[in-house]
Amino acid sequence: MSLLEIRDVSKIYGELKALDRVSLHVDQGEWVAIMGPSGSGKSTMMNIIGCMDKPTSGEVLLDGVDISRESSRRLTDIRRDKIGLIFQQFHMVSYLTAVENVMVSQYYHSMPDEEEALEALGRVGLRERARHLPSQLSGGEQQRVCVARALINHPELILADEPTGNLDEANENIVLDLFAQLHREGTTLIVVTHDPEVADAAQRTIVLEHGRVAREVINEHFGA
Amino acid sequence: MRSHALPLTNLVRKPGRTAALALLTAFLALAVFGGSVVVLSLRGGLRSLEARLGADIILVPSEAQSKVSFQNMFLQGTTGAFYMDRSVLDRALEVEGVERAAPQTFLASLKADCCSIRIQVIGIDPSLDFTVQPWISHSLSREMGDMDVAVGCRVEADVGEIIRIYEQRCKVVARLEPTGTGLDTAVYCNMNTMNTLLRAAEEKGVSHRIESGDSVISAVYIKVRDGYDIGAVNSTLNGRIRKVTAVRTRSMITGVSDSLAGISRTVTILIAAVWLLAFIILLLAYGMIIRERTREFAVLRLVGASRGKLSGLVLTESALCGLLGGLLGTGLAALLLFPFAPLIESALKMPYLMPDAGTVLLLAAGTVVLSAAVASLASAASAVRLSRVDPGTALREEN
Repeated sequence: MSLLEIRDVSKIYGELKALDRVSLHVDQGEWVAIMGPSGSGKSTMMNIIGCMDKPTSGEVLLDGVDISRESSRRLTDIRRDKIGLIFQQFHMVSYLTAVENVMVSQYYHSMPDEEEALEALGRVGLRERARHLPSQLSGGEQQRVCVARALINHPELILADEPTGNLDEANENIVLDLFAQLHREGTTLIVVTHDPEVADAAQRTIVLEHGRVAREVINEHFGA
Repeated sequence: MRSHALPLTNLVRKPGRTAALALLTAFLALAVFGGSVVVLSLRGGLRSLEARLGADIILVPSEAQSKVSFQNMFLQGTTGAFYMDRSVLDRALEVEGVERAAPQTFLASLKADCCSIRIQVIGIDPSLDFTVQPWISHSLSREMGDMDVAVGCRVEADVGEIIRIYEQRCKVVARLEPTGTGLDTAVYCNMNTMNTLLRAAEEKGVSHRIESGDSVISAVYIKVRDGYDIGAVNSTLNGRIRKVTAVRTRSMITGVSDSLAGISRTVTILIAAVWLLAFIILLLAYGMIIRERTREFAVLRLVGASRGKLSGLVLTESALCGLLGGLLGTGLAALLLFPFAPLIESALKMPYLMPDAGTVLLLAAGTVVLSAAVASLASAASAVRLSRVDPGTALREEN
């Protein structure tokens, strides 16, 4: 069953076609990597799936809802309720501690619950660093807090843009292990990356070139 | 973290930024509250002066105008004395249109061993007086006896205390309510006490040019009968009674009133200038701060904050900051204005009567609310601009 269905989507900025009649689908519980060189349309795709932008034409069905036609307010609601976002940069609120950065996501979703936020931090191995400010955490630790924040509201889709781009190998492995764990629990993952190793961790890789789907690769060794 | 804690957490954990914004608003509150209290005090002083003078015309010896500025005696509490024969009172009562006339006698004490304090002593005739007596009756339910004195609120003597004036022991029986005028530095007694003090002063060698014993007075306060023209009665008094000058109290107050209007205008312009300046600085400051925090707000948008919630967050933060600044500015103004009221009065050389506590509290509350509103208003444009920022683009630009 499809969680995400993209049909004939184009995104045009003036003369530039960032996405050119792209179609793809992602099933519920699937782990998909989107790869491609710079300017291939990865970030545009990520923004459209993440309800941060709308396509110029085409349909984007997320859990049956065409998000290409929704209002900005509705897109905020959908993003909050269904999507957990992780970026390459560790986007944390500088004056909030690790646990508060996780709770802020709960605050806009439902009700802040410190114990649940601490559990999420425990899941990424940072429970003992819960009271630290971002400036007191390493890059890897900050990214793990961002993962905990993305997980806290149990989203149907985790959308990650170069999640390991700024991490050392040890932290990269921790994040990928977390993704594998989430996948096992049934969470759908879309990971935008240029790193073949990260893409290899996914079930399927979609390669974009010049705003089009160039090819799809099924990882036959997935789960091995 | 509770749902309302985000703005407060930001303010607490960014103390430098919070302090800078609060200080800007405090400056605004200081100007508004301080300026308003000064203007209200001056207006109160003028109203009080009008009420305390209580007469339409004052008769003084012609020499008074050259000897001492008798207006300063009322407005600033300057000590001084001049005398005329008590018969002036009877002649004034004979003039058509004069309804009531009450004498007053002045005596300045000395800064010497014979006197506890240097003050202006004013003798009144309780049976005729209609200006000071109603004021004294607020603080003293009985009539003042011989060698009893009622002191103005700024005279350093308490009820029950004995003060010496030209070696005469006078008992303080009442402390009068403030008027904000020079009358607050005077001491009041009946005519018997005044005559005793005049004789004692003469014995001390203080010349008062008393020519007719107990029958000297310094001024006659006149109330004009309804339906009569005060100017005409004033002219008649000036024409009929020799060596005496009739002065309309309105003309004394007009001078004060004109000065007050000038000061009020200046203070109002200053307040407006401070407002404009502080508002522009706040506008720029919030603009800069919010631009600097674009990434933070983009993150909040990504985790589910709607545009409205984000604008609300900015407005709440600025309102809290404004509230803090308002409290600081109002508190600082109160610390400067209330203990130093006598200094302000002497610097302005004007009647100065602080508003009552209720008015001050209302004004302070209004200033604090206004400060919060102005701070919110200054951040509103930035909040609206911020809510329109696309979070994805904002984060990419930051990268």
